[in-house]
Order: sequence, then structure tokens, then C-alpha cells
Amino acid sequence: MGDVNFFLWLAFVVFTIITLGGAIAVVTTRNLFRGTIWLMVSLFGVAGYYVLLEVPFLAAVQVLVYIGAIAILFTFAVMLTRSLTALTDRYNRPVANIVGAVALFALLMLGVILPVWYGIGQPDTTIINAAVTDTEALGAALVDKDGFVLPFEVVSLLLTAAMIGAIVIAREVEEDEKGKRG
Amino acid sequence: MDCVSLCQVVQNLGVADPSIARFIGLLIGVLLVSGVPLLTVVILIWYERKFAARIQDRIGPNRVGPFGLLQTVADLLKLLGKEDITPASADRILYNAAPILSFGSVVMIWAVIPFMYSANPPGAYVGVDLDIGALYFIAIASLGTLAIMTAGWASNNKYALLGAFRVVALLVSYEIPLVFALVIPVMLAGSMSLVDIIYAQSSMWFIFIAPLAAFMFFLSSQAETGRAPFDLIEAESELVAGFNIEYSGMKFGMFFAAEFLHVFTNGILFAVLFMGGFLGLFHELIPPLGFAWLGLKGALIYLCFLWLRNTLPRLRIDQVMGFNWFFLVPISILNVILTALVLKLMQVAGWAPTDFASATFLEVLPITVVLFAKDVIMIVMIMGRVVLEGREARAAEQQMNEDLLVTAAGD
Amino acid sequence: MEVASNWAFVGVFLIMAPIFPALPILAATLLRPSKPNVLKSQTYECGVETVGDTWVQFRVQYYIYGLVFLVFDVEMVLLFPWAVAYNDLDLFAFGAGFLFIFLLADALIYAWKKDVLVWK
Repeated sequence: MGDVNFFLWLAFVVFTIITLGGAIAVVTTRNLFRGTIWLMVSLFGVAGYYVLLEVPFLAAVQVLVYIGAIAILFTFAVMLTRSLTALTDRYNRPVANIVGAVALFALLMLGVILPVWYGIGQPDTTIINAAVTDTEALGAALVDKDGFVLPFEVVSLLLTAAMIGAIVIAREVEEDEKGKRG
Repeated sequence: MDCVSLCQVVQNLGVADPSIARFIGLLIGVLLVSGVPLLTVVILIWYERKFAARIQDRIGPNRVGPFGLLQTVADLLKLLGKEDITPASADRILYNAAPILSFGSVVMIWAVIPFMYSANPPGAYVGVDLDIGALYFIAIASLGTLAIMTAGWASNNKYALLGAFRVVALLVSYEIPLVFALVIPVMLAGSMSLVDIIYAQSSMWFIFIAPLAAFMFFLSSQAETGRAPFDLIEAESELVAGFNIEYSGMKFGMFFAAEFLHVFTNGILFAVLFMGGFLGLFHELIPPLGFAWLGLKGALIYLCFLWLRNTLPRLRIDQVMGFNWFFLVPISILNVILTALVLKLMQVAGWAPTDFASATFLEVLPITVVLFAKDVIMIVMIMGRVVLEGREARAAEQQMNEDLLVTAAGD
Repeated sequence: MEVASNWAFVGVFLIMAPIFPALPILAATLLRPSKPNVLKSQTYECGVETVGDTWVQFRVQYYIYGLVFLVFDVEMVLLFPWAVAYNDLDLFAFGAGFLFIFLLADALIYAWKKDVLVWK
């Protein structure tokens, strides 16, 4: 069925438009809250890519974690620091913008695009684990002695550390607020 | 519906080009699947109002149509005719998108709900049997959270925004026990696919193996949809209708309908995850009977949701959060740990099956008894602790009152 | 390609799902009266006019809940593959997952003891 490839190509184009369009909108919109909404749109596009790559689990993770938690935290953070009518500041430093963009582009080209797409340089093409084809295999691999069990446990330690750090900072902010009010 | 068969039907009807036939097949599948929730919404609203009325010792709608069945239609027509008052400084696009996103996200959950047994191909009639069915529905639910926050902000009204933040904090907090309760059926079935979870219950429903997890899921669903006792979202006396304060007419109607549909969807999901979905007597011989079973089980749980809603008073936000973080979350984590431990030990010892789908009733019985006992023990210990603490708190309060009286008398 | 055909259905659903609520809203646009006046378009505040900027006193508590939820969200998401593979795991593999949950339960206990989970 040759038309399947056509639809896959079409889906790829659509998701690219969503992801890149959303990303461009994030940085060009003047309204901070709308920016976070566009971020969610862009992340949704990335979830679409995961579906195309045949790892729907990661697509669900993307929606659940990035859009459902991180983007919402972004929104909270925006609200925490501004009043509604002050959401329209503009950040305008042309020289810094251009230098940063060019540097990032050069980094991506040399580090990722040229090696992987055009074979120039030393591409790191170690296939992580060819056996991880679906979620069940992923689960087994995560706790496998010869698999990823160590990174798995380290991740949980990392999450614990993140939570403790965030709680410490949040308590300081609360103390500040109480001091201001009281 | 299985797309392959639908496409072939469409092709046989004369649409030659296979890709277009495929697309039309998909479209028909979507319409069929989404027809179920859309048609159910109308009956749901009527049922809810009647039930609430009876609990409150009144009759409920009984004028429009026989037994008031057409009341919902009348309300729909009324809402269609209401003027749409949009606040001047509202964010146009987001303001209009929020109710659509809210309703759309609930309808999207129905894509993965299995309706009935299917012999050819073997499996079930389902919109699409996603490998990650359970995770999919949680991801979609988090989109619904997004819709409410957008509604609150887009109204450009500080009360709407305040209401929206409280709602999002509540929804986000109650997602934790919901997902931890969901881990148990996934663990037992060895798959996130809802069809696999249903077939893993062919020997024993999960509600008997993991009643505590089922109860956690039930309570968290009640909170996720913003129903009493967690309905401070719509607390009329506090924030004057909260995040949807600036919505009128059909847009408000969409939020309203989305909430009712969400509750029913949660009831159906409970039936699928814990009560065996369409499994029941003769579900293989007469597939539509399986559909009836699913509807029956879902309606039963929906009734429990309604019952809870109409009986309990509203909780304060600090009580709601305290209930979640100090009760539901620790218990659900403990439940997952204990269930995983006990099940694995019994599996290693050979007393519990490793593949629930193909296990017989007798094979599943020991683990059921053990896990049920574990849940009972947990409940007894926790409730005992809660009751003891309540008694201590009341005694301390009484002591404090007596002390105050003594000091007052001494003056 | 089974994955693709499955998700094609979801894709079509995604496109159709917003159409279902949009139809009644569009119908309402055609059917309803439209008499805007200044008073009706104002922000609602119990019948009184709004004073000052629309500013909300945003509490840090919201952010803390969001943060703790984020940590648990990532944990749950890593837990799902383990739960899916659960039935075929041996005791060691199961123990690794067990340790994972246990460490995060520890984090919850820390948050509890530090009184950050209480809504003040």
C-alpha cells in the first residue's frame, strides 16, 4: 500500500508545522500566558513525532508529563511573578539574539545534523538496545541486571533530590511572603 | 470497530481508491464510537436530575415529555437561544476554545473503551485497541485540566482565574492517587491495553482482587470531575460559579455537558478496569449482551457517583487537599508496594498465576483471598488510626474547653 | 504499520472531537439574539465595578502542589513499564522497582514532615 507512506509523510509534515509553528509562536507572541499555551501546542507536535517513530508510550509520556505537569507549572510560575495586565513586556536585544541563534545553529549543525544525516564527522550510532521494542520489553529492560537498572534507581534518587530542593526553595519563598504580610 | 472490515465494506460499496476508502472507514468508525457518548449525555442529564430530586425528596423534571425525558432537549433549545455575553477584554480565541477542548477531551476517551466481544478478529469491538490504553485516558484527562485553566484565564476576571487555579491544583493533586490506583490493574493484567485488562478478568474481577485500589480510583475520579464532596470548584456561595463565571449560552452548556459525560465515562472506565467490562453471562454467544453488561456496570458505578454527590456536604479546600496528600496518596503508594510484594512472593512460590488472562478460577482464588485480606487489614488499621486520632482531637478540644471554663470561673 | 493504522484512528478522532461541541455553539451563534451593550460586556464582580488591575494574589501553595505532582508524575510514568513487565519479572527485577517506589515514598514523607503539603 504505497499510500501509507504518503499518509506518513503527510503526518510528518503536519506535526512539523505544529511543532515549529508553535515554537515560533512561543517566542514571538507578546502575551506571556499565550506563550505557555503555544508551548503546549508545540509539545503536542513532539508527541506526534513519537507516534510516528512507533513508540506511542513516549507520546503518552510527553502529553502526561510535559503538557500535563511541566507546562502547567510554567503557567503557575508566570502567574506567580506578574499581574495579568503586565504580561506584555518585550525582550528586545537584537545583537544578543542574533549571536545566540547563530551559535546554537552552528552547535546543532556540527554536533548532530552533519554527522547523522551526512555522515561527516563521527556519528555515535550505537544502538542502545535493539531488544526494546515495546513497553513490556522496556519495563523488563529497565530493571534488568545487565540492563538499565542502575540509571533507573539513580533517576529515583534524582527525583527525590529535585523534590527536596524545590521544597527548600518554596519554603524560603513562603517565609518571605509571610514576613511581608505579617 | 475494526478498520479493516469497515474499509472493505466501504470499498464494496463502490469507492474504489483504497486510501479514500480507508479514510471514510475511519470516519465512520469515529462517528459510531463517538455516537455512544453523545447520545448517552442526553439521557444522563435527565437521569441525574431525577435521581438528585428523589434523594432530596422531590420529583424532579416531569412536565416536558413522559417523565420529563425531554427536559434535556428543552434545556438544550433554551441554551441555544441565550445571548452570548462575552466580556470585553476577554481573550477571544482562548475563550472560545476552552469549552470545545473541555468537551472534546472527554469524547476522545471513548476511542479506547472496548464495547463488546468480537469473534472475528478475536478480541473486542473497540474504537482502537491502543497498546497504551490506560495511559492514553490519563493523558487526555490532563488535557481537560488545561481546558479549565484556559477558561479561567481567558475570561479576564480575577474570580474566574482564582477559581481556575484552585481547580487545577485540585485536579492535579488527585491525579496521583488515580494513577497509582490504575497501576494495579495494569500490573495484574501485564498490559496497558484496556482489552487485555478486560480479558485478564475472565476468571476473577479485579474489584475482588484489589478492592482498595478500586475504591481509590472511585474517590479520585469523583474528585477529578469536580463532584461533591469535592465540588468547591462550582461553590456558588464562595466564588460565584468559579472558572465558568463569564460563560453563557451554549458555551456554558458545553462545560456542563462535559462534566456529566466525564462522570459517566469514569463510571464506564471503572467497569472496564475493575469489573470486567463487557464480560458477563453469554457475552460470547450474543455480543450485544456484552455491550449491555458494560452499560449496566457503568450505570451502577455512575449511580454510586451520584449517590455520593447528593449525600455528602462540600469540603473546604484545605480539607480536600489534606484528604488527598495525607490520606489518599500515602495509602495508594502503600497499596502498590504491598500488592506488588505479596503478588510477586506468591508468584515465585507458585501459588498465583503469572498470566491472569489464561488462569482458571481456582488458580486465581488464593491470590484473591490473600490480597483481599491484605486490603481489609489495611483498611482496618487505617480507619482505626483515623478514629483514634479523631477521639484524641475531640478529647483535646474538650479539655481545652474545660480549661477555658475553669479560668473564666476563676476570674 | 499496525501502530500507524491504530493511531490514524486517533488522529481522525482528534480532528472530529472538537467538531462535536463546536456544532451546537455555531448553531447558537446563528440562533441567538445579539444585543451587546457596555454594561453587559463588563467583567463580572458581584454587580460592582472592578477596581484596579486584574491582579490575583497567587499563592505559593499552588506551585508547591504542582511541583510535587510533577515529581510523582515522572515516577508514575517510569513505573508503568515496570508494571507492564511485572508478571514476568524475577525477584531481583521486582526488587529494583520496589526500591524505586520506596525512595519516592521517602520523598513524600520528607515533604509531609516539612509541612509543605498543608494548605494554609
